[in-house]
Amino acid sequence: MRYEDIVHRCFRCGYCKFTGDYNDFNCPTYRKFRFETYAPGGRMWLIRAWLNDEIKTSDRFQEILFSCATCANCVEHCVFTFSEDLVNIFIAAREELVNGGIIPPPVRDYLKSININGNPYKEPAEERGKWAEGTSIETYNGHDYLFYVGCVGSYDERAKKIARAVGNLLLEAGISIGILAEKESCDGNEVRALGEAGLFKVLAERNIAQFKGLGVKKIITLDPHAFNVFKNDYAGLGGEFEVYHYTQVLAPLIKSKKIPLSEYNARITFHDPCYLGRHNKEYDAPRAILGAIPGVEMVEMEQNRENAFCCGGGGGNFFTDILGGGMDSPNRIRVRGALDTGARIIAVACPQCAKMLEDGIKAEELDDRLEVLDVAEIVTRALA
Amino acid sequence: MSDITHLLAEIVGEEYVSDSEEEAYFYARDPGLMPAHKPDCVVVPETPEQVQEVVRLANREKIPVVPMGAGMALTGLIIPLKGGIVMDMKRMNRILEVNEKARYVIVEGGTSQGHLKAYLEKNYPRLRHSIPDSPATATIAANVMIHGQGRLTQQYGFNSDMVSGLEVVLASGDICKIGSCSISQDWFSKGAPMPDLSGLFLGWFGATGIITKLALRLYPKKKMRDVEIFITDRDDLIPDMVYELTHTEMVEDINIFSQPKPMIFKENHHMAIFITGDTDEELEFKRKTVWRVLEPFIKSKDGGFMGVSPAMKPTLLEMPQRSVSRFADVTKGGGFEYSGPIILVEKYAECARKVTELAEKYDLGYSGMARIIGRGHCMMYGFAFTFNRADPDMMERTRKALHEVSKFALEVGGIFWKPTVNEQRMAIEKMDPNTRNLMGMIKENMDPNGIMNPGNWEVN
Repeated sequence: MRYEDIVHRCFRCGYCKFTGDYNDFNCPTYRKFRFETYAPGGRMWLIRAWLNDEIKTSDRFQEILFSCATCANCVEHCVFTFSEDLVNIFIAAREELVNGGIIPPPVRDYLKSININGNPYKEPAEERGKWAEGTSIETYNGHDYLFYVGCVGSYDERAKKIARAVGNLLLEAGISIGILAEKESCDGNEVRALGEAGLFKVLAERNIAQFKGLGVKKIITLDPHAFNVFKNDYAGLGGEFEVYHYTQVLAPLIKSKKIPLSEYNARITFHDPCYLGRHNKEYDAPRAILGAIPGVEMVEMEQNRENAFCCGGGGGNFFTDILGGGMDSPNRIRVRGALDTGARIIAVACPQCAKMLEDGIKAEELDDRLEVLDVAEIVTRALA
Repeated sequence: MSDITHLLAEIVGEEYVSDSEEEAYFYARDPGLMPAHKPDCVVVPETPEQVQEVVRLANREKIPVVPMGAGMALTGLIIPLKGGIVMDMKRMNRILEVNEKARYVIVEGGTSQGHLKAYLEKNYPRLRHSIPDSPATATIAANVMIHGQGRLTQQYGFNSDMVSGLEVVLASGDICKIGSCSISQDWFSKGAPMPDLSGLFLGWFGATGIITKLALRLYPKKKMRDVEIFITDRDDLIPDMVYELTHTEMVEDINIFSQPKPMIFKENHHMAIFITGDTDEELEFKRKTVWRVLEPFIKSKDGGFMGVSPAMKPTLLEMPQRSVSRFADVTKGGGFEYSGPIILVEKYAECARKVTELAEKYDLGYSGMARIIGRGHCMMYGFAFTFNRADPDMMERTRKALHEVSKFALEVGGIFWKPTVNEQRMAIEKMDPNTRNLMGMIKENMDPNGIMNPGNWEVN
């Protein structure tokens, strides 16, 4: 297994499952399951035991590995020099299970759908660009930026609205964007995170070839997951592009008043997406956008920025739902945290987070007290 | 699921009981060097009532019950030596009450040191507790159960001395309040002026009962905190230096460490002297007082103050010190263990020489660290060795070194802190027979079926 020479070095001290100030446990799987085995230290010790043949590949071991949301809280707070590799180690262990064909059924189904359909929704590729109907967004043809939307933004009804909001705002600001529509394919971030390294390579190489063939130099992503994989994983496969999350493009435009805003009175708390925040250290752009809207009162949740609590959707869990259900599912915990701020709106910058938190609101029966809106949707409401 | 697991699931909920191989593997061991032993199942209760029901069931069926915090004692105290049920207490982590003026807090039995620290910083910035340097996940209940020490130990004694009330589930399943809270609604004393029954539990590692709530004394938190480091190569003078420092009554904490790396640290002893104050003047006065009492040692060329670099200071001042955990990976092997006998400060030189001798004999990385307890009444001297978890030979050499420490500690008049089962046996053997009999009577009467963390403090 990759990283096999590291797994014995975990002392299981548990700093990895806290926030930086120790205010609360911040590992979403530990918060849900509450056995040490579901915390990063537990995973490390079990992976070693598994490699040493001291435990078998049981259903529970699979659940322990595949429930990890790859949120990187452990990477942020582990005190050891190998901290950067923690999530990579968990992914490497998943790879071993995938290679052995011993994976939870929802993971298998997700990977099969990507392999066969190019998306997890089993929808035809022709449907992929339909979210843009009724907008002025064009198919990519030498535009300054490729606007990459991803599977969720392309097929999920709620996420499509977010994609439209972002696309329209970029156009409004005069940014030259084009989409791939039916030619867009899965970015592979979740495939990689779920341990299907071979399929990931196929997807990435196909995307890279397509992007290069079209002359794409700069990419704006809707989704932090795509942003992460384009920025950090494609380069190693020959895909070097200038990659931006859409908030990084909007923030300077709003600051320079290229998108003029009027008053929008709302108390808002921002939920940091793990793949924008901890994985890529972008905490300021979304806050700068929201903070620039007249009338917006920003309030922070107790766990924010590098200490943000994951919505539970990362690492493929958005699709596999291994972390879902019950009072202590991460999205419900996060929604309760948002409620504590007194905010009426949870702002997000990720369609997966949006869906997860909306589900959390429903489960907590807080529909009349909280609303989830993407940053772009809030800006749209505030357009002058 | 076995019948017992089914019954446990009825008490704590199915999702919080496991008899799976994965939990059995993990909860069979701690990060130290004691041999593993698997539990039959693991439960994660949420309320004292659930703890009661689990213990009642265990007592009825004569199944061992082992309470567990974060498992950071490193000496195997949470290893279920005779199988049974491991009870992971960390779901019971609520902070129930702070009495600001009386300076105490009531917490549940699984509350972590880190959580209480964060809570106080946010809500009661003028209060603090005696936080140890074990990882922030370490629980308060487990820490007092092992007579742990912390940042305020030099001023106020063992952390267990700071307990001001307990709620305990007995082997019968009955719940029992200890201290003022047994009569009053206020948790200000663990015993005095009545008979102090807390001694029936503190130091027993769960062999007489499981702490479900405890009150802990809080202390003034000053606005400023700083550290000075005094270096000497005269280990024989350390007791005199500590005597002078503690006489000032102005020092928060005194830690003395020696280690072979970096090279300039070798053969020197570093006294980290922590001071606090609410104003610059107060802090400066204390600093000058510390300098003044150590000046004679400087004049005799036996030591001097080391400049603490801006990079080093945050490491020393953070609470808990995460660098303590990092020691585990010095050999890139993820392991360390220490024996920390409680011993007179006047034995410092013997201890410091012993740790070096053993490190050389067994070819191990080491750190010696003393924490002063009370105004120099005694100290914990930590003989810490780091090992590579993937190197069985190094692990065995570490075991041997620690065993020699145990023998040495008893010989020079020390007593074991959080002793391994082997050390417990050594202590029991050396103990005054009437004391041993008394311990036996207590254990037998409090736990007639021998279900509470069996294997520990088994006098008979």
